[in-house]
Amino acid sequence: MNFLIELLISFSLVVSGIFGFVGSFGLLKLRNTMQRLHAPTKATTLGVGGVLIASMAYFFAQTGSLSIHELLITLFLFLTAPISANFIAKAFMTRNLSQDDLPPTGRDYGWAPFDDPPDTPPDARG
Amino acid sequence: MFERLVPHPLLSLTLTLVWLGLVNTFTLGNLILGVAIGLIVPMATAPYWPDRPKVGRPMKVVEYAVVVLWDIVIANIQVAAIIMFKREKDIRSHWISVPLDLTSAEAITVLAGTITMTPGTVSSTLSADGRCILVHCLHTDDPDEVRDTIKSRYEARLKEIFE
Repeated sequence: MNFLIELLISFSLVVSGIFGFVGSFGLLKLRNTMQRLHAPTKATTLGVGGVLIASMAYFFAQTGSLSIHELLITLFLFLTAPISANFIAKAFMTRNLSQDDLPPTGRDYGWAPFDDPPDTPPDARG
Repeated sequence: MFERLVPHPLLSLTLTLVWLGLVNTFTLGNLILGVAIGLIVPMATAPYWPDRPKVGRPMKVVEYAVVVLWDIVIANIQVAAIIMFKREKDIRSHWISVPLDLTSAEAITVLAGTITMTPGTVSSTLSADGRCILVHCLHTDDPDEVRDTIKSRYEARLKEIFE
C-alpha cells in the first residue's frame, strides 16, 4: 500500500481515537445532564467521522473500488444524533426544570413542555 | 401528470441514491429497483406532508451543507478544548432563547438539528406557539452573540432555501 494512503489512514484513526476519548471523558467531567449532552453530540461526530474516512481510504486502496456505505453512515448519524439529543434534553426538562428556570420566550406562550399550544399550529398561521 | 407520478422529485432522487449506496454495487438491476423505491415511497407517503415547502435553490442547499460541515469540524475542536482544558468551575453554561423568523415546520427542524451539531449549542425545545427556540450553550461569555450568530449564519440561509 502507498505510504501516503497509510499515513492518511493512521492519521484519521488517531484523530478519531482522540475525539472519541474526549467525548467519553466529557461525560465524566461535566457537571449536569445538559452539559454532558454536549460531549457525545459533538466530540464524537469527528470521532466516528475519522474511522469512516480511514475505512473508505483503506478499502479504496485494497480493492480499488469506492465504498459508499461510510457516507451513508455519516448521513444517518447526522439525522439521528440531533433527534436523540433533543429527546434527552426534553426528558431532562420535564423531570427537573420549570418555566422559571428558563429564560423568557419573549412571547405570549411559555416553552412547549410547560405550556399548552395555541389552537392553530404555528405553520398554519404564517 | 408528472406532479402525480412524482410528487416529491427530491425525495425520489434521495431514495434512489441511498438505495444504490446501500447495495454498494452499481448495476442496472439495482438502479431499476432503486428508481422503483424512489417512485413508490413518495406516492405512498404523499398524504403525510400536505404543506411541504418547495426547495427553490439547490445551490443554496449545497452552500448550507458545506457551511454546516465546516462548522461541525470546528465545533468538535472547540468542545474538545473546553472539555479538556477548562476547569470545571470556569465553564459557564447558558440557556438562550432565540426568536424564530422561520415558520415552516421543516425549516425549523433543520435549524434545530444544525444547532445541535454545531459550536457548543444544543437545541432543547420550542415555545408553545413554535416561534422561539430554546438553546443550551455549553460555554459562552456573551449569550447575545451566540443568538445573533445562529440567526445570521444559519437561519438567514434556511430562510432563503425554504421561503
